[in-house]
Amino acid sequence: MTPNSQSYSRTSPLKDQLLAAFQVTEERINGESKSPVHQVRRAALQQFDKLGFPTIKHEEWKYANVKNLIQEAFELETPSPLSADDLHTLEIPNLSGNILYFVNGRYKPEMSTIVSPAAEVQILSFAEALKSQPETINNYFAQQADYQDNAFTALNTAFAHDGVFIRVPDGKVVEQPIIIRYINDAREKKVAAQPRNLIIVGRNANVKIAESYRSLGEMTAFTNVVTEISLARDANVEHYKVQNDTDAAYHIGTTQVRQADNSHFYSATVTLNGGFVRNNLNIVLDGEYCEAYMYGLYIPNGRQFVDNHTLVDHAKPNSYSSELYKGILEEKSTGVFNGKIFVRQDAQKTNAYQSCKNVVLSPEATMNTKPQLEIFADDVKCSHGTTTGMLDEEALFYMRSRGIPRTEAQALLMYAFAQDVLTQIKIEPIREYLSAVVAQKLAM
Amino acid sequence: MLTISNLQASIGEKEILKGINLEVKAGEVHAIMGPNGSGKSTLASVLAGRETYEVTGGSVLFDGKDLLELAPEERAAEGIFLAFQYPVEIPGVSTTNFLRTALNEIRKYRGEEALDAVQFLKLMKEKMKLVNIDQSLLSRSLNEGFSGGEKKRNEVFQMAMLEPKLAILDETDSGLDIDALRIVAEGVNKLRSPERSTIVVTHYQRLLDYIVPDYVHVLYKGRIVKSGPKELALELEEKGYDWIKAEAEYQQ
Repeated sequence: MTPNSQSYSRTSPLKDQLLAAFQVTEERINGESKSPVHQVRRAALQQFDKLGFPTIKHEEWKYANVKNLIQEAFELETPSPLSADDLHTLEIPNLSGNILYFVNGRYKPEMSTIVSPAAEVQILSFAEALKSQPETINNYFAQQADYQDNAFTALNTAFAHDGVFIRVPDGKVVEQPIIIRYINDAREKKVAAQPRNLIIVGRNANVKIAESYRSLGEMTAFTNVVTEISLARDANVEHYKVQNDTDAAYHIGTTQVRQADNSHFYSATVTLNGGFVRNNLNIVLDGEYCEAYMYGLYIPNGRQFVDNHTLVDHAKPNSYSSELYKGILEEKSTGVFNGKIFVRQDAQKTNAYQSCKNVVLSPEATMNTKPQLEIFADDVKCSHGTTTGMLDEEALFYMRSRGIPRTEAQALLMYAFAQDVLTQIKIEPIREYLSAVVAQKLAM
Repeated sequence: MLTISNLQASIGEKEILKGINLEVKAGEVHAIMGPNGSGKSTLASVLAGRETYEVTGGSVLFDGKDLLELAPEERAAEGIFLAFQYPVEIPGVSTTNFLRTALNEIRKYRGEEALDAVQFLKLMKEKMKLVNIDQSLLSRSLNEGFSGGEKKRNEVFQMAMLEPKLAILDETDSGLDIDALRIVAEGVNKLRSPERSTIVVTHYQRLLDYIVPDYVHVLYKGRIVKSGPKELALELEEKGYDWIKAEAEYQQ
């Protein structure tokens, strides 16, 4: 596991470009450069410089090969001519609530709608929050998302300028969902966006958040996102991540969660499309009687690559975690599921369950699964199971014998398979949107 | 309605059906009996189009059409229905949703308009009463966690909904106690009509107490070795299959 000299690529065009870009940014933010946040950025940049990008020799990046990505160079500020009409085509029907738009990594207040009262929840761009509440940012920023061992997190931290800042005060229930839409417009030029989100949820507070990723155009769109979520005691958070990117898109993201006593975290990660997708979901159960639920669905086709890495760290006793990831792989696509459960010595009476089920529809598609349980406590209940199989021919024949043609039967079976995860999504318009796209993609 | 001539089929290298001849006319009920491994279920599967079997010779005409040329879903749309010996569990798809898809696909094949939700529900209510099945069962995932009796009753309900011209019941009695058997048989009997034919595949005579056949055929080693009226079933029940086997071996 220790990174050896072959685990990282020391130099690459993208690395050189980013190091140079950091210098330019630093000159521009002159006044801010002594701030604690910037000190963290600088430390993260140094770490990124030291590490470089991971290669497939790195155990955690064994299947996720970024060698093509790191040969590219991007313009780091790409203005988008995204029009109202363009936006209309990207609409998720019937969506209501707080809707925040980011285009090519920059917050677009003129496109966004915030409906929740400020007393209920603070919703700001990260850039605004840096100015208006530097104290809070200093207290929470980069406190959880570790950049020592993850080059992409280090890179995101170094370039943390924009994204979403959400703070729910103690005892508040945020009635309306918060939907964050990241749109990368790569129709004219290559795009790189590195959103940084900070979500702080107070005691006994309640909020639903969805991150939705969409890219446009034939050029490379590269997203490197980090979301840090902190749940105080008795907090309740639903967090959904929805990805519908182009085949030319790279998405590398880390969602880092810390839960205090008796908090509930509920998540679903749905990858509809994307050329290269790597999702890290890391949850630290740093309290007793916490519950964490993780659902995932990925349906790659063509040459799409989807890699989900999850890590549940049971640090305290009496908590519960449950995980269900499902995949449908078509054509020449590749999927990866790596699920790690860590039960520390103190974390007695832990219950941890993990399951990953896959259907591989084509002989040229590949699924790689790796459950990892590291248990240091003796009184725990843990289970894990992964299955990867072909389509159930007996079920297909049964359906065909009732008059349902093969393609429809297959779509119906796969849609039902996907529903186990989709029904977990409690923001109705998002669930309906996902169901529609899934049905359409499976009907091919 | 159905004419099977010299039908031969194998699985891998193994020849299972070695020349079946059978004529089923509209409204008739034919029972196919025989010892284990004689090819009864293979015959049912081949008629429904299961692709694990390879047809190596012979022909099957159904209402004048070459059945062997058709995909399983086309056979269903032409009016063939196979009640499975082991109905398959389909997680996440309710019987209602499944049947609505099936029925409308069949109607599409026949050039008929799809039933809307209201028409479909009306039809379903009517057929539920006919086969005495509960709504709660139909809302659940198809066959998932159903008891043996519930699965078989659901097969009969599907048959009632799809109104086939030829129903093939493959060991519908297997795994049923006598009460469940009676309920299933009652459902099948209610669906009998002068236009609808039935092939009952069974190992035991007891199902034929309830679904009374017009003809009984005995399958042995991939051939029909004896045919007769319904009394033949009783004779088999009494004497077992040994005398048939002996007779068949002698003829060869």
